[in-house]
Amino acid sequence: MGLTGLAAGALLLPRMPLLGGTEVDVARLLEPFDAALNKRLADAALNAAKAAGATYADVRIGRYLNQYLFTRERQVQNIVSTESLGAGVRVLVGGAWGFWATNQLTEAELAKAATTATQIAKANAKIQKEPVQLAPQKGYGEVAWKTPIQQNALEVPVKQKVELLLAANAKALDAGASYINSALFQVNEQKYFASTDGSYIDQDVHRIWPTFTVTVVDKASGKFRSREALSSPMGLGYEYLVPKAADKVKGPAGTDVIGYKQSYDLLEDAALAARQAKAKLTAPSVVPGKYDLVLDPAHLGLTIHESVGHPLELDRVLGYEANFAGTSFATLDWKKQGKPYGSKLVNIVADKLQPGSVGAVGYDDEGVKTREWDLIRDGQLVDYQKIRDQAHIVGQDHSDGCCYSQSWQDVQFQRMPNVSLRPGKQKMSVDEMIKGVDKGIYIAGAGSYSIDQQRYNFQFGGQTFYAIEKGKITGQIEDVAYQANTQEFWNSCAAICDQSDYRLFGTFFDGKGQPSQSSAVSHGSSTTRFNGVNVINTARKV
Amino acid sequence: MILSKDEAQSILQKVLGFSTADECEATLSGTTGGNIRTARNTVSTAGALDNVSLTVEARFGKRAGIATCNQFDDATLRRCVQRAEEVARLAPESPEYVPMLGAQQYLSTPAFAASTAGITPDYRATQAGKGMALCEQRKVSSAAFLEDQAGFVAKRNKKGLEAYQQFTNLDYSVTVRTPDGTGSGYATADFTDISKFDAGRLTQIAADKATSSVGAKAIEPGKYTVILEPAALVANSDASLLGALMNAFDARSADEGRSFLSKKGGGNRKGEKLFDERVTIYSDPASADIPTLAFAGDGRPRQKVTWIEKGVVKNLFSSRFWAQKQGIPDLPPPSGFIMSGGTQSTADLIKSTQKGILVTRLWYIRPVDPQTLLYTGLTRDGTFYIENGKIKHPIKNFRFNESPIIMLNNLEAIGRPQRIGGNLVPPLKIRDFTFTSLSDAV
Repeated sequence: MGLTGLAAGALLLPRMPLLGGTEVDVARLLEPFDAALNKRLADAALNAAKAAGATYADVRIGRYLNQYLFTRERQVQNIVSTESLGAGVRVLVGGAWGFWATNQLTEAELAKAATTATQIAKANAKIQKEPVQLAPQKGYGEVAWKTPIQQNALEVPVKQKVELLLAANAKALDAGASYINSALFQVNEQKYFASTDGSYIDQDVHRIWPTFTVTVVDKASGKFRSREALSSPMGLGYEYLVPKAADKVKGPAGTDVIGYKQSYDLLEDAALAARQAKAKLTAPSVVPGKYDLVLDPAHLGLTIHESVGHPLELDRVLGYEANFAGTSFATLDWKKQGKPYGSKLVNIVADKLQPGSVGAVGYDDEGVKTREWDLIRDGQLVDYQKIRDQAHIVGQDHSDGCCYSQSWQDVQFQRMPNVSLRPGKQKMSVDEMIKGVDKGIYIAGAGSYSIDQQRYNFQFGGQTFYAIEKGKITGQIEDVAYQANTQEFWNSCAAICDQSDYRLFGTFFDGKGQPSQSSAVSHGSSTTRFNGVNVINTARKV
Repeated sequence: MILSKDEAQSILQKVLGFSTADECEATLSGTTGGNIRTARNTVSTAGALDNVSLTVEARFGKRAGIATCNQFDDATLRRCVQRAEEVARLAPESPEYVPMLGAQQYLSTPAFAASTAGITPDYRATQAGKGMALCEQRKVSSAAFLEDQAGFVAKRNKKGLEAYQQFTNLDYSVTVRTPDGTGSGYATADFTDISKFDAGRLTQIAADKATSSVGAKAIEPGKYTVILEPAALVANSDASLLGALMNAFDARSADEGRSFLSKKGGGNRKGEKLFDERVTIYSDPASADIPTLAFAGDGRPRQKVTWIEKGVVKNLFSSRFWAQKQGIPDLPPPSGFIMSGGTQSTADLIKSTQKGILVTRLWYIRPVDPQTLLYTGLTRDGTFYIENGKIKHPIKNFRFNESPIIMLNNLEAIGRPQRIGGNLVPPLKIRDFTFTSLSDAV
């Protein structure tokens, strides 16, 4: 449906079991996954499924290793290392899917799981109205893929990582923060996929996300304000936490904002967050009305996610998510009408390839090699996101390779790939963009977010807001949220900064499906201008 | 898998026997269950899962370590305890250390029903099939989700704490849409005991809402009297207005100055009247309607607790550390809450409304300002204009920006509570509810 809000929850509830898994000690995280053993186990499942009548079967043996560190102010709150190991078998019998998962990794148990999955499929086949049709997929044989990381974060001593978080906390407290909660999430998905198509795919996927929330309290007035980190979840190793000058993008003149590319300066951002949160306490409240918005990539990524990423998921378009996430205005009929999704400047690309993105993998969770494809070209909708059992519905013969499951024990389904706004072709810096704005607001960082179930009407907040008057930033303002209609908003896109400003926003917690599953996704963009957007004032008296 | 009390406690006893730590606590939990998901009147996915796991927490002084496993032979259990103890020896001393609990008295709560524990894949397919058949007949399209589980939790520690309980649950929700996409309806229900569950009846409600919401007219956004059905007040899988309010009853956030319950100049607002005097919200693990486990995850007993009484904040929940530090009642957060209501049905509330809006469901609800608990979100799946005590016509959906604090001060009437998402909540009639824009979504 959109981000689940677990990100904020995780900071407040350090014992929350994120993404499943059981707690283990650190040494266990570094033991290798045995591909030869996995092949034997997978074959046991595939053979049993075929013997029980499956026309297609796949098995995913997964070892999901996570380590989460939580601190607040000057102390460690919790260190959780989790391992979740098991296998999920998916079968197609009589045109219906069946799925069963087990944590007992023996050939006998995998065969049993396959047989049980076929029994479930047979029960469902009796009430199935539209038999599942799979796009053809050739087997790849035995292949492997690994996130190209420089340093596995799980191999860095916990002490070093905790010291970094506590150093960031100290920076924030020294700069005037009343409280800071900080966290470091590290994820390693070791996934072995095999199918009756003849693929045996071994993948080692790494992701990292440092984040914090700084809060400043003014006891006398009872007022408090927060500012969250401008970091992004990344498909990188610990190198993301080693800041490099070349990865820093200076925000507009008149702000202290710094954007980050392939590395992040946690200490610098924590100190800045405290100063900005403090300034929020006394910043003037916005006057509601129409403004030209200048949105930085760490903010715009979330707007892209909700108003472009989700509406173009084909399962949602077709009604498969109607009971939870909702449907989409961008139906197949709407696409045929040829109405503009956005202005001619808007080019949106989907991929599972971008280096450093959290969506990057070699193959998806149903054994399809990943790719890049256009969703919106020169403002026109040209394609959707789809997997093997959806391609025929739009007259295509291939999946886009965006099938994903959050663990071995959940069934895989269509999930959002990276969805990004291509940078402007003309050279333009953010200062040059702001020069042309008469009455506007510059927004950095993602804040409050909400959108309707067909992705028309949305409302977004942010982390910090700066007023723009006559081409210049004039200072921080508060209580800002913008409300717009997806098509009107993207058609008001008036300028996009060039490639040198391009950065990734991301999340670990895109929620969709029933039972709900989390997925990680990145959204790239350069700073972008939208004209005449409706801004409301969110201050209330209670 | 559900282990019996004897099976579970004998594993836990063995685990504690392997421990050399100053303090040691072991928790066993297991579930078995399944789900079926349908869309476009056909099955999309279905699955099942069976799992048991053990968590061991060991402590040496103020240092703690945790380890878990999901195999139960002696060697694995011993290794699990050793791992927890190794981590504890290496961990920093916790400044928020509180000794483990000793023996506790727990209420007896009816959280388990054998009927629910006995659900089969065929039962799920049959229930799902009922809803699909009804929609085929009425030429509308349904998307539904049924999920059930049966499970147990057992705890034991060296200081004499001993707990064991079984539970069951079934959740069902269904969205029905008209083929042209101009009407949408929704119904949801959850049960401890499935004997009253009927997917057909719930699908009927959603189908009626879908067909009667066709032809929605746009009316101007602004402040309106609304009747919020229970599904508009709480949700079983996402943020909600009443859920957000109850989540904010954390003593530490209030005492630290970062909550709507923080007091100017320091301290919290316990004891202050912050809501309409008809607002009373409590939790009761032994409630026949929404029974929950008699103990919290950390072993603290759950008891009947009043959170708001006649509009006055009566209690806040907290961690054990914060309760001790502040010298306040040591209350875990509730796992479900009950809002006291009257006897009026939603239909009765409509009858007494001159002009207003009936809201079936609110959705994508997210915080805007934690200081005022301002939330935004949208109406969905059946929004109707009321005039002179009758539903006049369906209306287009709205975005709202509203705070549950303001909402519970603008109370006009309270209806009869019903179970939803593990809570017991009445429909509410609220004046001056703030809608800020229109949505084209159906």
